[in-house]
Amino acid sequence: MLAKRIIPCLDVDQGRVVKGVKFVDIRDAGNPVAIAKRYNAEGADEITFLDITASSEQRETLVHVIEQVAAEVFIPLTVGGGIRSLEDVRRMLNAGADKVAINTAAIFKPTLVQQAAERFGSQCIVVAIDAKQVDNHWEIFTHGGRKATGTHAIEWAERMAAYGAGEILLTSMDRDGTKVGFDNQLTRRITDAVSIPVIASGGAGSLQHLADGIQKGGADAVLAASIFHFGEYRIAQAKQYLAAQGIPVRL
Amino acid sequence: MSQTIAVIDYGMGNLRSVQKALQYAAPNDQVIITAEPGRINTADRVVFPGQGAARDCMAAIERHQLSTVIRKAAQEKPFLGVCMGLQVLLTHSTENQGTSLLNLQPGQVRRFRPTTPEIKIPHMGWNQVDIIREHPLWANIATGSRFYFVHSYYIQPDDPDIISATTEHSLTFTSAIATGTLFACQFHPEKSADAGLQLLRNFVSWHPTRDQAQIQ
Repeated sequence: MLAKRIIPCLDVDQGRVVKGVKFVDIRDAGNPVAIAKRYNAEGADEITFLDITASSEQRETLVHVIEQVAAEVFIPLTVGGGIRSLEDVRRMLNAGADKVAINTAAIFKPTLVQQAAERFGSQCIVVAIDAKQVDNHWEIFTHGGRKATGTHAIEWAERMAAYGAGEILLTSMDRDGTKVGFDNQLTRRITDAVSIPVIASGGAGSLQHLADGIQKGGADAVLAASIFHFGEYRIAQAKQYLAAQGIPVRL
Repeated sequence: MSQTIAVIDYGMGNLRSVQKALQYAAPNDQVIITAEPGRINTADRVVFPGQGAARDCMAAIERHQLSTVIRKAAQEKPFLGVCMGLQVLLTHSTENQGTSLLNLQPGQVRRFRPTTPEIKIPHMGWNQVDIIREHPLWANIATGSRFYFVHSYYIQPDDPDIISATTEHSLTFTSAIATGTLFACQFHPEKSADAGLQLLRNFVSWHPTRDQAQIQ
């Protein structure tokens, strides 16, 4: 049976992991290669790198980071943040990324998803959706949740799946950073609407939240940052917790 | 002694991770990425990866005039097909309104049909590989180990004797085949952490006996 995946997410700014990662035994805590190796050793199923570098000139540093990680870490690597063109996708795949997450650019130019899926295959195209609750539905937001687009999240997910997205990375902007748990209602609506895998993101603060994202939200994978970065929980521990609840995981 | 491992490059997908993982598994060997028939012919071992759609893969193989070289390599030396590099070895795929394949191994390639809402397509992630026939490439790998998959189509070989492993995803499908000097898997060993690296180590040290090669 297919395992549910646990995906640690690293925010990278100019080649360095930010938002502080605290591993007692990693001397250089901001080094993405060292952190990726550590997560790999702990049993992470994939690693997602989110480029938050403000200027596009400095984005090139992430390419080198991915090259270094891909030479030593043999699990799937996803890169997101600032992907705007087919050339951006190609560059990340050539550097060693297995999947590329397209976010804002998909909203302004939805055909980019179609073209990227045709050119590189659906298996490597992830569409990142940042959704926020508005009245009793969810809308897509851009610019870190500041700008509304008026697009309904569920319809958008369906459209992206039809355009050839291989996976959806769904982030609840209401929950992101709150540590109160994923928006499982939102996740459930999306997982019911599309037949491609959905990664739940935004709000995980405990191991039970991870289990809820899978069991209540129906997510195929759960993405988390802070609960792993600060050594609060180890990935192996999270997997054992899920396994004890009957959730299939890779141990 | 150092040997040469050729990774066939026909423009389908990123071969860097395959090369890196092989180099990691065989630090003293030369791992080359090539589309040149001459270099594939002289290599000690051949890895045949592949990503993307069946029709595009077949078109790329023809454009690079590689079908004879692939056929020859698969019958003469340790040969590892990965993902699309497994699928195109069969006869026919239902992908792209029907695509004729290399027909090295008679059989069909079909699309997964979701039987319940829990079954997602593509089949993406870590799934269990049940070894149904022992093979040197499974050395030190327990049956039921998880490997990383990402695909929407699966193979159905005509000859059940070549099935080396199976996996469950809405149905039981063939996740690896083995015959003579050929071994091919649907999962990605280069992305399957320790289990995948073990399989690659097994591949680079595999010496199929002449007898085995002649069974073909």
